[in-house]
Amino acid sequence: MKTAHNIKRSVSLYSFQEEYFLRKMTLEDLIAVTQKLDIPGVEVIPDQMIPGYPELSDDFVKQWHGWMEKYERTPVCMDMFLDWNKFKGRVMTEDERVESIAKDIVNANKLGCKVIRVIHDVEPQILERLAPAAEKYGVTLALEIHAPSYYDSPHEQRLMEMFQRVQSPYLGFTLDLGVFVKRLPRVITERFLRDGMKKEIVEYLADGYEKGTLPRSSELGKPNTGLMDKVLEMGGSEEDARKAMIGAHMIYADPQLMLEYLPYTYHIHAKFYEMLPDYTEYSIPYEEIVPLLIKGGYNGYLSSEYEGNRWIQDAFEVDSVEQVRRHQVMLKRLLGEE
Amino acid sequence: MFDKYMIVGEEFRNVKEGGRITGFQLGVRLPYYRGVVLSLVGDMELIVDGEKIPAEKMTVTVGGKTLPVTELENEPVAKWEFGEVGIVKVDKPGGLAPGEHTLELRQHMKISYVPGGFWGKDKKTLVLAE
Repeated sequence: MKTAHNIKRSVSLYSFQEEYFLRKMTLEDLIAVTQKLDIPGVEVIPDQMIPGYPELSDDFVKQWHGWMEKYERTPVCMDMFLDWNKFKGRVMTEDERVESIAKDIVNANKLGCKVIRVIHDVEPQILERLAPAAEKYGVTLALEIHAPSYYDSPHEQRLMEMFQRVQSPYLGFTLDLGVFVKRLPRVITERFLRDGMKKEIVEYLADGYEKGTLPRSSELGKPNTGLMDKVLEMGGSEEDARKAMIGAHMIYADPQLMLEYLPYTYHIHAKFYEMLPDYTEYSIPYEEIVPLLIKGGYNGYLSSEYEGNRWIQDAFEVDSVEQVRRHQVMLKRLLGEE
Repeated sequence: MFDKYMIVGEEFRNVKEGGRITGFQLGVRLPYYRGVVLSLVGDMELIVDGEKIPAEKMTVTVGGKTLPVTELENEPVAKWEFGEVGIVKVDKPGGLAPGEHTLELRQHMKISYVPGGFWGKDKKTLVLAE
């Protein structure tokens, strides 16, 4: 049954970072994989896989489009960073920040990407100043909402205020579905065990996270000493206590709230940590989330973003391609593409 | 994120210049998920057989460019690419003795959206290549 919606599938090449880092696969290999896995859209982090970025040679741009043609894929999103601390002894001025992102806009246009994932800490007035450039190049600036923030966090609310005032279709959000971690990823708790954390502490963390009973800080950015103290009290080491904080940085936000903000959402990172053999994700309830995206009229890309490699690489061979394959099978099912 | 891959054993050997052993070298990858300009590469703490190597005794070669480790903070353009193996050379006349050595590396990454940045660390026992 085909459900009426206009959501498209893509993959962030970030998902294959383990294989690329170890030079087991090249950028072209990865684009070829997207074709093999029947994923129409491609998202790229140029700082990760395009050496020399932000300089893009004409030869590279030509090669990039050649690959897109050869493998019949569509460039979708380019992920940018703003290294405002890169000059010794000072932070970038506002003008320098605007200039840096303006260059990204030109670059995204060269790569054929219609959306830029903007790093989370960019200020609203900077995006506002860039709206005309974004419009000129046909590139939407979509600031990423990432756990532990959500649509209703202070920075996001300041952005909303600006979006509503400016009313530009070239300014909005990217949503990372890591805001919907319902239970702690198993790949993380198992890693804790392998690293020597006591079983009682790991169980306390997993159980407390799921039930929402872990000591939490009420404000973002404030140290959550309650959880660390508890881990130490249970006989954990200082390192265990630091690791336990991962449970304080992950969140399960209210999916219903998303409906209100989807009109301002232009891109989605479909984050995942572990795809099981039955094509479900261990920690994020895609079965609940995708129908809401359809209901809310989201019409951008759902971009697979695998982030399990760092938790298993100590003990297992990472197979990002298989993980992405399973994730896309799940997305197809939930989008009614079967 | 990529801590276990930071120290690259294949590049671990004594360095000969003008017929004399002037020091030793090892391969290093950064623990971060993207390439960064060199000024974002923070303190590099290298401990060999329990002895900390002073920063001023080290140079790093990436992308065909060699800089003293103490000068990285002044380079906001040249990059250390994602997964790129940089060569760190340590000035130590006579080099290291043949055989096994324990190398520990702690690398600070000055990533602006992470308050205080973060550290990657790796420890490997390697045999010095002939």
